[in-house]
Order: sequence, then structure tokens, then C-alpha cells
Amino acid sequence: MKIGVVTFPGTLDDRDAARAVRHAGGHAVSLWHNDADLHGVDAVILPGGFSYGDYLRCGAISRFSPVMEPIIAAAQNGMPLLGICNGFQVLAEAHLIPGALTRNHALHFICKDQKLVIENNQTAWTSAFAEKEEIVIPLKNGEGAYMCDDETLAMLEGEGRIIARYVGENPNGSRNLIAGVTNERGNIVGLMPHPEHAIDSLTGPTADGLGFFTSVLKALAAGRVK
Amino acid sequence: MAKIVVDVMLKPEILDPQGKAVAAALPRLGFTFAKDVRQGKRFEIEVDGQPSAAQLAEVEKAAEKLLSNPVIETFTVRVEK
Amino acid sequence: MALDTVAQAIAKPDAEQPFAELGLKPDEYARIKEILGRRPTSSELAMYSVMWSEHCSYKSSKIHLKQFGEKAVKTDALLVGIGENAGVVDVGQGYAVTFKIESHNHPSFIEPYQGAATGVGGIVRDILTMGARPIAVMDPLRFGPADAADTKRVLPGIVAGIGGYGNCLGLPNIGGEVVFDETYLGNPLVNALCVGVMKHSDIKLAKAAGAGNLVVLYGAKTGGDGIGGVSVLASETFESKGPAKRPAVQVGDPFVEKVLIECSLEIFAEDLVVGIQDLGGAGLSCATSELASGGSGGMKVQLDKVPLRDPSLSPEEILMSESQERMCAIVEPSKIARFLEICDKWDVTVTVIGEVTNGNHLEITWNGELIVDVPPRTVAHDGPVYQRPFAEPAYIKQVAAEQIDVPLAASAAEIRNTVLTLVATPNLADKSWITSQYDKYVQGNTIQAQPDDSGMVRIDEDTHLGVAISTDANANWSYLNPYEGAKLALAEAARNIATAGAKPLAVTNCLNFGSPEDPGVMWQFAESVRGLADGCVEMGLPVTGGNVSFYNQTGSTAILPTPVIGVLGVIDDVRTRTPMSFSKAGLELYLLGETRADLAGSEWAYLHGQRGGKAPHADLKKELHLIDLLVAGRTKKIFTAAHDVSQGGLSATLTEMVLRNNVGATVECENVGIALVSETPGRVVVAVDPSQRASLEKEAAAHEIALTYLGTTGGDKLVINGAEISLDELRIAHTQTFSKLFG
Repeated sequence: MKIGVVTFPGTLDDRDAARAVRHAGGHAVSLWHNDADLHGVDAVILPGGFSYGDYLRCGAISRFSPVMEPIIAAAQNGMPLLGICNGFQVLAEAHLIPGALTRNHALHFICKDQKLVIENNQTAWTSAFAEKEEIVIPLKNGEGAYMCDDETLAMLEGEGRIIARYVGENPNGSRNLIAGVTNERGNIVGLMPHPEHAIDSLTGPTADGLGFFTSVLKALAAGRVK
Repeated sequence: MAKIVVDVMLKPEILDPQGKAVAAALPRLGFTFAKDVRQGKRFEIEVDGQPSAAQLAEVEKAAEKLLSNPVIETFTVRVEK
Repeated sequence: MALDTVAQAIAKPDAEQPFAELGLKPDEYARIKEILGRRPTSSELAMYSVMWSEHCSYKSSKIHLKQFGEKAVKTDALLVGIGENAGVVDVGQGYAVTFKIESHNHPSFIEPYQGAATGVGGIVRDILTMGARPIAVMDPLRFGPADAADTKRVLPGIVAGIGGYGNCLGLPNIGGEVVFDETYLGNPLVNALCVGVMKHSDIKLAKAAGAGNLVVLYGAKTGGDGIGGVSVLASETFESKGPAKRPAVQVGDPFVEKVLIECSLEIFAEDLVVGIQDLGGAGLSCATSELASGGSGGMKVQLDKVPLRDPSLSPEEILMSESQERMCAIVEPSKIARFLEICDKWDVTVTVIGEVTNGNHLEITWNGELIVDVPPRTVAHDGPVYQRPFAEPAYIKQVAAEQIDVPLAASAAEIRNTVLTLVATPNLADKSWITSQYDKYVQGNTIQAQPDDSGMVRIDEDTHLGVAISTDANANWSYLNPYEGAKLALAEAARNIATAGAKPLAVTNCLNFGSPEDPGVMWQFAESVRGLADGCVEMGLPVTGGNVSFYNQTGSTAILPTPVIGVLGVIDDVRTRTPMSFSKAGLELYLLGETRADLAGSEWAYLHGQRGGKAPHADLKKELHLIDLLVAGRTKKIFTAAHDVSQGGLSATLTEMVLRNNVGATVECENVGIALVSETPGRVVVAVDPSQRASLEKEAAAHEIALTYLGTTGGDKLVINGAEISLDELRIAHTQTFSKLFG
């Protein structure tokens, strides 16, 4: 199974995402922002980092990259797409996911081992988790507060499209402790914390993050992409 | 030549922690005039000649598509004399 | 102003020149005229003024720093020594690691965020320019008292700047220090370390060789930032009035540097450069003169080709500009097309600005007119060398005679009070408020980071080879005895590497001192360098490079001498490292090394307003035995945990161990009053499974290290000689200090 990992100028966690894909048993393919060709990948990850230095707004410039055109088209056709941190911001700017990510309310960049609860394990990226499973993966960002209007919030809650929530104190001011959101179809997921940094306890707080990557490989292998 | 100014602000219902930090800092420096402070962005766009209504409409479209994020921000467009 | 060319300099030999405003002394100005056989042009004057400044030329420190080379042990592990942008050591398996620490003290006082940010940017480029991928950063920071108004002004900005720049570069921050002391009020110290890794064949040097090869400037465009930063800022003390020197601070853009790193690494991978230099202090003046003197000796540069973000800059300003994120490469003509292609891929501005020539002159033209014609060595290497007078200051004998008189705990209440007070002081309290602003995970290879004794990074995913780094300084001891103080800091950094079971391999240093024009300060410097050089010989560790920061003083009050020592070590398998603390009950705790009444210079003495006394004597032979024991303890799987004892003595060490994984301990100490607060060097607390007791005793005896049983792990309290402190109470005392101070 080939998973594309996009590199924009300023992307930082692409090699880590590729490593996570390999650890999960998949084949990682590097996708360059300027190349409007997905090279036959079965799924795509938009990794974390500071693409374009967070100029204008986080992800605001990346979303117009040539590679985003085929990604958006494929995702609208059901291809699994995961946006991690800066990747989540790109998904939001591209309106593939509702809402927006704004400055952490405490105004500091925060890097911590964050406890999450998986609220929706029916998506392409979360099927390896049990319902309400609690995991610990690193959270590291300065602009991670998930915002949306009341109507959108009601819709997301009502439709169960919040895939993960922060457990305990709200680390960044996100509405309803939202850490991750999915689209209607369940193939596009935006996630603020970093599962690629929790693939083993040698280099991360746990190996809990691996589940995101094994989920999509499982979903692809079963030929079943919701 | 003219200058078109686009001002972008967070929507009123969105928390503005930077604005809050500025509001908290002012009295510490002895400035007591502010009831509230909100922080935004200002874009200054240089164009040839005086912009027509159609051109201003283009700027509005650009403001909506790129310069602002309509999910959380509002903007105004004006021509500076 | 008309262009001041070489022809003009010859035609108008008596023109008045503002050499004093540029920081040059009259004898230095006279020397330049002697070298050139005429007066310098204004551009040449600008170049000499920045390159001969203290910060760039090391004119006050050179004669002392020579000792590092002269006394050094010959070691095959040292691949590139002092004199290049950073030192490089062989760590095995074909890997070479480069690391260095530098200061950015004065800019951080003036503009905390940008000062600290560009400090990180600068040291990262030094590592990149050696041909390595930067893999981690660390930052030893020193501030005035934590509750001082100026500390509240500078600390948040400095921390935000380090995080803002380092995080955006994708470099994990794996450690550092934060120390508060009234000595640093008005003179915060921001030292930044970077480490990088490459294969042996990737090492790049800063030399312009091969006549006809092209001089290529790439990276950010040049603007007016930091003009004269090195000469104006780093080589003079502050007036007591405060931060007025605003225009000379550099402004950084980490995104541009991140792109520069990726672009450069691709260029290196295709072997497209003959030599390379980053543009740091003294910008183009430094890069051109150093590259030229490192190579064949000659270079021609067309300064008007330099891409500018401010078209109004004069040639002198362009030569002095310290705009960030710029590199200068020497490229063979046959390779330039590919070089340009890679820059284009990454959207990096790139311009050919000159070529390497035969002969030994650096010639710079501006729109065809010759404005600089100098022998590059005289600019870059043959700067003035001062023999600053130095003499032991009167205070040395005075403080040595002072007796330390501090309360020593005996009762349970006093024991509790001592521990809870110590672990809550800003110097010893939990630093998460700061360290959580740094990304420690990016690149996925971080094995240890704050609050562990050392930062550790895996460099090979298959073999699990890793490197560990620690930075340490003890200004209190350096103040009391600079010679011993430097050795003690070296020993502490090496010990901090060894607690995880890594073997120390090489040393870098950042020497922060007051004005070299003060004979007492110069004596502190000379003694510190002598101590470090001697210490390195005794410990068999080469100094690979470092940095000197003078003029850290306001008016006539110098900071306490603060030589920061960085030690790098190697571990063959990071999976076998000895962690800092334990997660199990029922383990046995032991103290390795003897405790004596070493209160002089301790945190406890400082809290009681006492700074005098005699610094401990550094027993480096014993420290080496301890290091060997610590490594053996890992490889023979004897230790479950190991943690260094330093500032705050056993009180700090035990607290940090029990709070790490929330497992308590019950210990008994002889002379508990001393045991809690003494900072005798050469000690480590280890936890072992009872089944390993015999092995531990055998190894300790074999390495001639004293072994003292302390107690056992387990429970939800720290119990010392019967005095009980619940982990909750301990945690509250230890972790609330920073949020109370800084919000």
C-alpha cells in the first residue's frame, strides 16, 4: 500500500510521517508540493511543520500548491487523507474540513504528551482504535485552537464527526476540546496532535500513534474505504 | 497609482488572545484609555491608476479567497487617497 | 557621498576617517595603513573594523585559547579541530558529528526575541556549513533574579525566540540550563548549541580553492540588519542607561533558513561545492576574507551583484550587514548550472558574485570601480593580538577566607523545610514552563531531553548508534577559583553524559566574561582557559571549538566568570541507555562517590546570602573512574537508573528522581544536614535491582568509587531520615515556581 507524504517548503514532520507509515507496514512515497502528480498513491498525509513559515495564516499558501489539486479531487472521491497539525490547518484552509485553527489561547507554543480519547473509530484513519480508547501522543503547536461557529459545532457533534478530544485541561482553547475532525464520508481526517511521534516508547511517550497508520492500511487492504 | 487597503479582523465571536494580551499590557505601561483591544491585519496593495468598481470587486474576491479566512475573519476594502 | 575607491585612497591620503566610531583604536588604524601601504578606503575600513572587533578576531583571548591546541591530546576521533566553523568528531560506523556552542548575549538584552532567535539561526548555519544536517539544539540561559523587572522583560522573549526559531527549523531542543543570579541582571547570557551529523565523506571546509571557481551567494537578500553588530554591540559594554543600541540587532526568518538547510543539503549530496561558509558575524566581510584566506588566497567580488532588499545600502553597509540566512559557496563552473537548479527548486535567491583568483588579494569592485584590495589573511586571521594585562584580583584571597555559616537540618521539620525550599527556588524548580515551548520530538530521534542529565539523539535507526550532549557551568565556583571552576564544569558535563552510559568524546565551550580591559577579569579568563585546557588533557577530551563572549558587564561591574562547557559523548545502542529515574518499587538506591562539606558556592549558601568560601578541588582522575563505572553499569546491565548530583545536592537529585515517574523513596543519610545541601562533585545516585547488589559492589570497588547505601524506592512519599514529604506536596513545591513568576 502506497501512502503519499507531502512536502511543502517548511514542512518538518514529513520524514517522521514516512517512518510511521513504514513502521505500520506501508510504503511511503514522497510527494513534492510543486508536482501535481500523486504517483499512484492510495492515501495521502499532509504532515506537520511550518509550511511557508506560517506566512499570512497557517496553511493558507500551501493549500494552493499544485499538488493540492489532485489531492482534493481524489479525496472528494473517497481517497483517505490525513492532515496532521499544519496538515490539519491546510485541510481547514482548503475547506475540506469545517472550522479553523487559531492561536493557542495562552499565546505560547506548547509541546506536551497529550491524552486523547478516540470518539469516532469508524473513519479510515481511526478504525484500529476501540471506541472511547484513551491514547497519549505528543501535541506541539502554537496555533491549535479549533474554532467554528455554533451551527457547525452542533453539526459536528450531532453527526459524530469529532474523531478525538483532549482529555483533562484544554491545552490550547479548542472548542469542546476538539483535537480531530472528519468529513462526512470519514475518509478525510484533520488531527492536531502528532501520532507519528508516538510509534515506539524509545522515541515517543507511547506507541499509541501507530494506530492511525495501521487503520488506513487495514482499510485500504480490505478495499473498504468509506 | 493608488493604494488599496484591506483590513482583516477576527470575527467578534472568535477569542483574540493577542488582542487580550495587548489590552492587559497597556495599563501596565500607564495607558488607561482602552476598554478593549482587538488585533488584526492590514494589507496595502499598490495598483496602477485609480481602481474601477470592477477592479475593487476583484480585490474583494482576493480578500475572500486568500487574504482572509472567512470562517473566522471579516474584512473591509477601501481606496486610500 | 562620493564612492571611496582605492584610487581615491591613493589620491587623497589624508582624508579623515571615522575609525574610532567603528570601534578601531588609533594603533589598529595605523596598522591597517601599514598593511595596505596607504589609507584604507571606507569599505576596507568597514571590513577591518568588523573583522578586528573582539567578537570576530578574538584579539584578547587568542593567546590564551592557543592552549587548547598546544596542550591537546592527539586523538584520531578529531576529524576537524579548532579554526573551522565547528569541530567534527568521528563517532563510529562512518558517521561524523559536528557540534558547537555560541553566544548571542548582547543582542538578546536589546531585543530578546530576535536576539535569541538569530543566535539559534547563527549556530545552526555554522553546523550546516560543515556539511552536516543539523539534528538538535540546546540552550544554556542565564538571567538576573527571577523576580526582577528586567528578567520579566527578557526571559519570555528569549524563550519565545529560541522556540520560535528552533521549532520552525524542525530541530528538537534536547536540553540546556536556566540559571538565575543577580550577577546577570542587565547582562543575560544566551548561549546556543547545535549538533549535526553526516558521513565522513560529507565534511565541508571553508576554503576558496581553485582559480576560476565561482563565488556564489545564496539565501536571503541583504538588508540593513545588524550593521556593525559585532563591533558596536559585542565589543563594548552597556551604558547603565539601558537598551538604546537598537538599530544593530539582526532580524531572522526561520522559514528562509529551513529552506536554506534543505537546499544546501541537496547541494552537498550532489557534491557541488568546493568550499562553503555561512554569513554570521561581520557578514560578507567575514565570508569573503575567510574563504579567500582559507584557499588559494585570491578572490574577486563584484559587490553590486549582491541581491538587496534595501536598494539604498552603501557598499560599506553591504559589507557590514548581518542579514540572516545567507551562505557563500565556492562552486566549479562545471557544476554551477545544477547548483542554480537546486536553488530554483527551493525558491532560494542565488547570485554569482565573484570568482577565486590566483595571487593573494581580495579585490572587491562596485560598478566596476575597485573599492577593496586587501590581503585577506590580514583581515580574517592576522588581526591584532593583545597581551592584555591580568592579575589576581583582591577578592580572591578575601572570599577564600570566608567561612560558610548556614543552618543545617537535623530535625524532621528542618529536613522537610530544607528540601521544600531548595526544590522551589527558581534555579532548581521544574522548568517545564520554559521547556514546553520547545519541540523535542521533531525528527523522531530524540531519546533524552530536558529534564534528563543529557540530551540524547539516535543517529542511526538500524544500529541505534546515538550521541549525548550536556552543557554545564558553575559561575559560583568559577568566581571562587576560576582554574578549578573550569575543571569542575568540564567534569560535570562529562559526568552528565556518562550517567546515561554514554562515553564522553569531545568538548566545546562558550566563555562568558566581563571586560578584558579589566585585569581582574582577564585573570579569571586566563585561569579558566588554563583550567579547561589542563582538564581536557587529564580527561583525554579534545576541545573542538567554541566561542568567547567578552564585555558582559554594565559599567564597571562584570558578571561572575561563566565558562559554559559542552561535552559530546557516544553510545553504541540508545536502547540500552540508563534512564534518569525508576518506575518500580523495591529497587535499592546508592550514592556513588564521597560527600564532603562542600557548601561554598552552593545553592543553599546562595539562598543564605553567602557567596564566599573555597571551591571544591576537581579530582579528574576520580571523575574518569566514575565515568568508567557509569558506562560499565550500563553495558553490564547493573543500573536501573542513574542521576547526577550537582546544584541543590541530594535534595534536588532525589526530588527529581521521585517526581519523574511518581515513585517515592525512603532513604537514610549520615550527616543529613550536610548530605541534603552539599554540592561535592563526582557523585551520582543510582537505583539497582537487589539482584544486582553484588555486581554493583564489585564494580564500584574495581573502579575505586565510594559506594553508600541510601535506601529503597517505592511509595507515595520521599522519606529522608524519617522526615516525610508526600509526592503531591513535593510536586506542588517543585512545579509552581515558574507559573507564579511568569504567568
